[in-house]
Amino acid sequence: MAMFMQQQTDDSSFKKNMLFRGQQDQSSALPSVGFVPAKSPTTHTQYPYVTGSSVLGIKYKDGVLIAADCGGSYGSTLRYKSVERLKAVGKSTVIGASGEISDFQQIMRYLDELTLKDKMWDDGNTLGPKEVHNYLCRVMYNHRNKFDPLWNTLILGGVKNGVKYLGMVSMIGVHFEENHVASGFGNHLARPIFRDEWKEDLSLEEGILLLEKCFRVLLYRDRSAVNKLQVANITAEGITISKPYALRTEWEYKAFQNPTQGVEGSW
Amino acid sequence: MFRNQYDTDVTTWSPAGRLHQVEYAMEAVKQGSAAIGLRSKTHVILASVNKATSELSSYQRKLFKVDDHIGIAMAGLTADGRVLSRYMRSECINHKFIYESPLPVGRLVVQVADKAQVCTQRSWKRPYGVGLLVGGLDETGPHLYQNCPSGNYYEYQAFAIGSRSQAAKTYLERKFETFMTCSRDELIRHALFAVKESLQDEELSITNCSVAVLGIGEPFNILDLKSLQGFIDSLEEKKEAEVETVVADSEQAGADAEAPVAEDQGDGPAPMET
Repeated sequence: MAMFMQQQTDDSSFKKNMLFRGQQDQSSALPSVGFVPAKSPTTHTQYPYVTGSSVLGIKYKDGVLIAADCGGSYGSTLRYKSVERLKAVGKSTVIGASGEISDFQQIMRYLDELTLKDKMWDDGNTLGPKEVHNYLCRVMYNHRNKFDPLWNTLILGGVKNGVKYLGMVSMIGVHFEENHVASGFGNHLARPIFRDEWKEDLSLEEGILLLEKCFRVLLYRDRSAVNKLQVANITAEGITISKPYALRTEWEYKAFQNPTQGVEGSW
Repeated sequence: MFRNQYDTDVTTWSPAGRLHQVEYAMEAVKQGSAAIGLRSKTHVILASVNKATSELSSYQRKLFKVDDHIGIAMAGLTADGRVLSRYMRSECINHKFIYESPLPVGRLVVQVADKAQVCTQRSWKRPYGVGLLVGGLDETGPHLYQNCPSGNYYEYQAFAIGSRSQAAKTYLERKFETFMTCSRDELIRHALFAVKESLQDEELSITNCSVAVLGIGEPFNILDLKSLQGFIDSLEEKKEAEVETVVADSEQAGADAEAPVAEDQGDGPAPMET
């Protein structure tokens, strides 16, 4: 016992010496500005590298529809063509992500852990779309407060206890619920169409047609959109996410030949 | 003379496989005045017997709101109970902050039980000296749980803890099968009857009991004195009407129920069970 005590005191005095020396070293190594800089903030992933473009979501008569294409752009290069940007979270929620793909993968890790733990309780209580939405708000806002945002806009939809839910969260934590939502370019090109044509009692077919109409506009006007899209359908019965498919497009219109012709300042 | 060698600290086993300190903590629960809980398909009622320590003092509160959807009744060391209630409140509010939805009751109970269990396995700690009845509402409906100092927890239809709780339990055991379909007010009256059973030659009055209600569409609230008085008054009327039927019932139920109870006692309850 005495030996042990001895050793312990030795150890702590040794540490004290080290600390003391450490302080000395530090003060001599640093310029004498009178403060020690804090650990420098994360500088990688401060800008997006591989990004996905718009996600669109609408409520319809029996549930919620969310659509996204499968493109992943490396800067402005259409680098990846089969990125799945729609994922199911639990039994009643789907999220679609635009923005940095790797950050979305990280978010899905958080959510998979969350839903696994929730499932492990096995007590009949489950996380619905509202809970997942609020959780994501907290995650996104927390990251941005650390000046290390998750560079995504997330569209989230689901049905629980017969209640339809559709919302979004942005990379800085802005969040809201709506009957129709869109991220990225969709905000400018799809939302106006939704405002004109969306109604409460859209059938499934009408809903899909509306989403495809908007996607066609995005295909024509948003250079980072890719003609390979998936549609997720969430109803009280469950979640189905379609296989990727392409839309029929027509590029031979006169106006497409030289889109800037006649515009002031163009040649 | 023959002092127990195995009860001086929590973590020491007796050769019979018992943890005496933990059992003493369970005993502390039985010293406190009774707390009662029962539920229907829509409501949970918590009730307590209030004892003032002196003629000049008020009583110690034993019913606490944890959140809109969870409340507790305690028996034993109320000081320990308040620590647990503060913990439960903060867990609820954290859950609400993250998910914007109420914390499921069963999950909170497990967390509290885990907290209590740790105290039975650390030499420098002591178990909580309080038993909790946790009533709450979640997605799966109303629930009533009991938490012990030993770290055990149980779900109940109806239960009573604390001193003279056996009398209340007997009442509840006789009646619990009817509780599920009871209305809110009927359930409160059952709670008051149970409280009455565990009062020691005292009349049931607003000064010696409290009742709390929570249910679908009704956030946790402790009945104010006026409405409590109303229920106590209605009890008197009801008793007169029911006297004959209850007697008939109890004779019948007693014949059915007593046989299995006797069997249980034959084995002797496990040391840490209540």
